[in-house]
Amino acid sequence: MAGEERDLILKIDNVRKVYNTRNGEMVALNGVDLDIYENEFICVVGPSGCGKSTLLNIIAGLHDATSGAVYCKGKKVTGTGTERGVVFQQYALFPWLTVKKNVMFALEMKGIKGKEAEEQAMKYLEKVDLVKFADHYPKELSGGMKQRVAIARAYAADPEVLLMDEPFGALDAQTRTQLQTELLETWEKDRKTCFFITHDVEEAIILAQKVIIMSARPGRIKSIINIDIPYPRNQETKMTPRFLELKNEIWSQVYQEYLEVRK
Amino acid sequence: MDNEKKTSLASRIPPKVWLLISFAAAIVAWYILSILPATSRGFPNIIVTTQGLLTMIQRGVFWADLGSSLISVFAGYALGFVIALPVAIIMAWYMPVRNILEPWIQFIRNIPPLAYVPLIVICAGVGRRPQIIVITIACFLIMCVTIYQGVINVDETLIKAARVLGATDRDIFVRVIAPATLPFILTAVRLGASVALTTLIAAESTGAMAGLGMRIRSLNNTFESAPMLAYVIIIGIIGITMETVIKYLERKLTGWQEKREI
Repeated sequence: MAGEERDLILKIDNVRKVYNTRNGEMVALNGVDLDIYENEFICVVGPSGCGKSTLLNIIAGLHDATSGAVYCKGKKVTGTGTERGVVFQQYALFPWLTVKKNVMFALEMKGIKGKEAEEQAMKYLEKVDLVKFADHYPKELSGGMKQRVAIARAYAADPEVLLMDEPFGALDAQTRTQLQTELLETWEKDRKTCFFITHDVEEAIILAQKVIIMSARPGRIKSIINIDIPYPRNQETKMTPRFLELKNEIWSQVYQEYLEVRK
Repeated sequence: MDNEKKTSLASRIPPKVWLLISFAAAIVAWYILSILPATSRGFPNIIVTTQGLLTMIQRGVFWADLGSSLISVFAGYALGFVIALPVAIIMAWYMPVRNILEPWIQFIRNIPPLAYVPLIVICAGVGRRPQIIVITIACFLIMCVTIYQGVINVDETLIKAARVLGATDRDIFVRVIAPATLPFILTAVRLGASVALTTLIAAESTGAMAGLGMRIRSLNNTFESAPMLAYVIIIGIIGITMETVIKYLERKLTGWQEKREI
């Protein structure tokens, strides 16, 4: 990576997060440092409870860090901002709006109104192949389709970085594979900076340039592994020797953490 | 095989026809009630009951009773709603208000209105005013509790999703909380309608000059069961009409919901 001139999009600087619980203080994150550059695809893996979602929420500006800070393009994060888009595991579509109007919501928040918003929304729906469902309500869609709408909506806000919180975690294996492939294709085209949380090691390797392994209690970065498999990647990449090698390495590290948590 | 045939026959009958069958069954049941010695005095048959209603129209009291009751129900119901909506929202938003109000709303809600009607009469006198006050109180309580539940149960993720898309507090209120609460508001409107009608009878015990509930009581003094039964049925018709209209509104306005509420 050395020698490449790329913009630093996110700087996570010594972030610590402490929750006050009934049993005293619980350190969710401790001393987390991470730099995310433009066009990077980063996946975070770790056992549940390692604070990966907390980290994403802090980056999104939905939670405050107890100490330390997050900088987005040099500006300190103090709340949510449209330059940081979020895709949630539970889709978070507005059930009272049609698919098209859900996407238009993102555009309208940016001040794009009426016909213009409608046309742009259709363009984003085309990207996720849901033009036919533009006038349907979310309840009429499958889980995979809902998440595609949520991704289209996040894209419509045109953020600098997409924060994805286990976006495919609630989907069945087949749909998950399909959405991974679609996300890969999209990313290979536009190289939108992505910060993607998952507990699925295969998913992390197939998507990311860098996999961050987090350890639990307190949550911190255990190691960063460069995924040196060239793009374009597809599901067949999962059968290559290098993929399996990386999978073993990452999985054994995650498994260690899992055993730690169980203790 | 036989069983299967029967189900398929039953499922081939359209809902409208079922309604007719159900109606016919009710007429038969009514007829049986009207000839059984134990129940015949309270349940005159359909012809006698209809005659009873016609007598009330001839005496010139029916339309006055119906009008009076409808005015009380709708006035109390509308007032109850107008007060409940902002109070519920304020309760959901400001913890101190919630903590002070909620226990008392629950407390009063569990007292049958009939019990406190005399107290209201002492304060507000007789006539239309105490009737509207009693219905307003009852409607307010049930609608406030229901709408409040709706506002506090708005899915947190939807608010987060709106916020990361750049929504301001105002956007979140108007474009997320309001539509997300709408199903609860309509449920409140439906529950309120039935409470308004139930409370009407209690409300009209306050020395009303006219009214369906008041008339039933006064007919009781002369054992005129035919017009009484007719009035009871009229109250039922008003109830089912209100519910049908509100259910239609619910379907129109909140058809987007994942699952229907009871």
